[in-house]
Amino acid sequence: MAAFLVRRLSINVLVFFLITIAIFALVHKTPGDPIAMQIPADQLNSSSAEFIAQKRAELGLDQSLPVQYWHWLTNALQGNLGVSLLNGRPVTEVLGERIGPTVELMGVGLLISLLIAFPLGILAARRRNSWLDYGATVVSLGSVSIPVFFVALIVIYVFTLKFQWFPSSGISDPTNPSLLNTLHHLVLPAVILGFGNSGPFMRYVRSSMITELGADYVRTANAKGAPPTRVVLRHAFRNSLIPVLTVIAANLPQLLAGAVVIEQVFAWPGMGQLAVSAVNQHDYSVIVGFALLIAILVLVSNLLADVLYTVVDPRVRLR
Amino acid sequence: MSDGMLATDRSYAESVNNGPLLRVDGLSVDFHTEDGVVHAVSDVSLNVHAGQIVAVVGESGSGKTVTAMSVLRLLPKSAEVMADAIAFRGTDLQAMSPAELRKVRGGPVGMIFQDPMTALNPVMTVGAQVAEAVLLHQRKPDKKAAWARAVELLRLVGVPDPAQRVKQYPHEFSGGMRQRAMIAMAIANDPDLIIADEPTTALDVTIQAQVLALLKKAQAETGAATILITHDLGVVAELADAVVVMYAGRVVETGGVQELFANPRHPYTKGLLASLPRMDVEVDQLDPIPGNPPNMADPPAGCAFHPRCPLARARCETERPLLRDVGAGRRSACHFSEELA
Amino acid sequence: MTSTTVAAPVGRSPARAAVRRFRKHPAAVVSLVFIGLVVLAAIFARPLSGHDPNAIDLLSARSGPSGAHLLGTDSTGRDVLSRLLFAGRISLGVGIASAAIAVVVGTLLGSIAGLLGGWVDGLVMRLADVFMSFPSLVVIVVVAGILGPSVLTMVIAIGLFQWPVCGRIVRGVTLSLREQEFVLAARATGAGPLWLMRKHIIPAALPPVSVVATLAVAQAIALEATLSFLGLGVQPPAASWGNMLTDAQSLTVIRSEPWLWLSPGIAVALTVLAVNFIGDGLRDAVDPRSAS
Repeated sequence: MAAFLVRRLSINVLVFFLITIAIFALVHKTPGDPIAMQIPADQLNSSSAEFIAQKRAELGLDQSLPVQYWHWLTNALQGNLGVSLLNGRPVTEVLGERIGPTVELMGVGLLISLLIAFPLGILAARRRNSWLDYGATVVSLGSVSIPVFFVALIVIYVFTLKFQWFPSSGISDPTNPSLLNTLHHLVLPAVILGFGNSGPFMRYVRSSMITELGADYVRTANAKGAPPTRVVLRHAFRNSLIPVLTVIAANLPQLLAGAVVIEQVFAWPGMGQLAVSAVNQHDYSVIVGFALLIAILVLVSNLLADVLYTVVDPRVRLR
Repeated sequence: MSDGMLATDRSYAESVNNGPLLRVDGLSVDFHTEDGVVHAVSDVSLNVHAGQIVAVVGESGSGKTVTAMSVLRLLPKSAEVMADAIAFRGTDLQAMSPAELRKVRGGPVGMIFQDPMTALNPVMTVGAQVAEAVLLHQRKPDKKAAWARAVELLRLVGVPDPAQRVKQYPHEFSGGMRQRAMIAMAIANDPDLIIADEPTTALDVTIQAQVLALLKKAQAETGAATILITHDLGVVAELADAVVVMYAGRVVETGGVQELFANPRHPYTKGLLASLPRMDVEVDQLDPIPGNPPNMADPPAGCAFHPRCPLARARCETERPLLRDVGAGRRSACHFSEELA
Repeated sequence: MTSTTVAAPVGRSPARAAVRRFRKHPAAVVSLVFIGLVVLAAIFARPLSGHDPNAIDLLSARSGPSGAHLLGTDSTGRDVLSRLLFAGRISLGVGIASAAIAVVVGTLLGSIAGLLGGWVDGLVMRLADVFMSFPSLVVIVVVAGILGPSVLTMVIAIGLFQWPVCGRIVRGVTLSLREQEFVLAARATGAGPLWLMRKHIIPAALPPVSVVATLAVAQAIALEATLSFLGLGVQPPAASWGNMLTDAQSLTVIRSEPWLWLSPGIAVALTVLAVNFIGDGLRDAVDPRSAS
């Protein structure tokens, strides 16, 4: 198992470096001057040309590309990603304060998607070709097909404007940022994110459960006189978790896609909203920082998938 | 735990002692597939008396496993099971509620499956699986007692160092050891009937003998009647009291093991025996039956065996022979059974 | 003696059996009809709507559905129905073009990986893993942010993120073909890889690839809508179902002008749903094991 993890780790780290090269290449394509990125906008004027030239030499930008890349990477990995072109604050700081809300949204969203996917997937697998199975298929296809932003608009129309049950803007009421108030704000975005991701998860659970329910050991459990719930949950479900958990971990970055849209609609102060506004306002240094964060998220998710795989399957587990 | 249950079981068994322990009457199983209905088993009847070992013999696809699975209703939903009776100790299993049936499964009727590689749950320890078999039939569930019994059972079936090995997963067991664990689960609640579906087929030849010996010992100790599903006549000769030969979903011959081996009354049985290596007779070469078992989606008309049968004539192509008495408690489904006598 | 013959249905070609199975999937059949109508509506957008999608009419701005404007008008008085139909062209076009890129790239890389094997295979498959592990929407947001939003960039980016599924299928087909005797014989007589691709790999991979291609179209339409909604896809004044909803980000519009966001939202949702249903039906049709 250790060998497996080391191999996977090295592949992932290699991929991570390739991604950083891609990001670096994109940085070079940016219309903005990389030095200008280091300087707050209000200090950027004609008299700073000399300063830029001096800074250019200082930062080694007159050197070859590989050297520049190495320089950029080591800086980036130490958390030095330059400053935001909009307000001159360090990118690390700007990104840092946005991670919390996004993690909160993604975490609760993931939980909700699993709460939808597991029961529906298991029931659909157990009663194949029943109305329940078809219903679950429609729900899952709907969750993949209906764009998150449209679901969000409908939900806002119904639950915020018509019934006025839930707020649709921000992470909490600035005048009353209590835990209850925060949760109240979280309901709509998290449910929408969870619903949007439940479809693929449900299909994985269903197909994995169908495979396992047809396995010989399930027949053995039945032959022992085990009741259906025990057969399904203790036997089939535990086996179906091996592929499902791996898939879910590897799919964590996909949650971010939904979060980007939802944060935009619900004015949720997370990374996604930051990224979209940075793109619209050409804040390149923030975009690059965001790109690097995605790469890290993907790297961590892949490693998590590998570790989960070795932990849940006793056949791979190190003893 | 099982002692109390055993007592009531025995007294109940005695009260209906006059009948067979298991009576399967007119069993037919259809599978509904995309290309039509497949009659996997047609009109199969068999009786198993207390303590008796009945072998059900046939090539793959003959319906022997489907027959065995029908007893405890372990077939998938796509199977349609119809029978006049599947009576265990006089009670029809078909009429039982799922909850009642679960008391029978793994309780008075234990099952052993063909492939111990896949028949054990890969993510549960062997001990947990054996203990589960015990736990599910305890009056008052007692995990500790179940685990202690699991260790005892594994020792009984010859798993070395059982106290340690209960904590291991199936992949840490060899094939033979896994089948021993399967047997331990089957006998966990002192069954009256063990249904063993090709218990040695998936094992190495050297291990087969050990597992057969264990089955024999387990049967002798528990006194359980056994249905032994196999295609291996060597196994039948070694263990069985009575034999049921199946071909293309139907019973073609039944009888006591000695008479049947000495004097087969169906050309298929005869063919099977001719393809068996024998210690007592020197033969230059074994004679396998020519041809293949029929396609069950489209079986031959008349006698299903006629395309491969040396005795076949015109009548066999149109008229299906019925299973009939051929003397000495023997039954055969061949028009020309007398020619073999 | 051990070989069991499987029932071979007489007189049924696989394609006809597939059509028969597809027709057993009511949602897929309805969806196919629906998509046919959507395509026709997009083609005949002009005569159907009777309005120029970009004609500004400030006097009748933000008016609800009426005889003159069946689905009402937007904030600059443009006819919503007309924009909806013209947007259909873009959405379907982006969907099909992206899926086409994905299929071409996937087929090429998949067959190369399968035919060459070894480290090339390993490299291509790792590449597929990498593409699949990244959330395409987020990456396209970043790329659009740096290179600037454009429809071409978007189509290429969506296609590039969809090739791995197709690539894996084609690779699998190629690997299984490579072992077969007639292929070995063909290679022995000097048949080149292109011949193999045309004669064997593509025909064998076609059924499963048609399924993933259909699903890719659905995914691409949804992605286009989302990107355009975020302002990073199709740029105004060109209409897209996604950018028609961009206006609807204020509570006032959501509350008082629902025709502005309901019709494009429903259009994209139904279209994507229908294409997904078709893909689902196709999957059951070409691979009976996946159905019941």
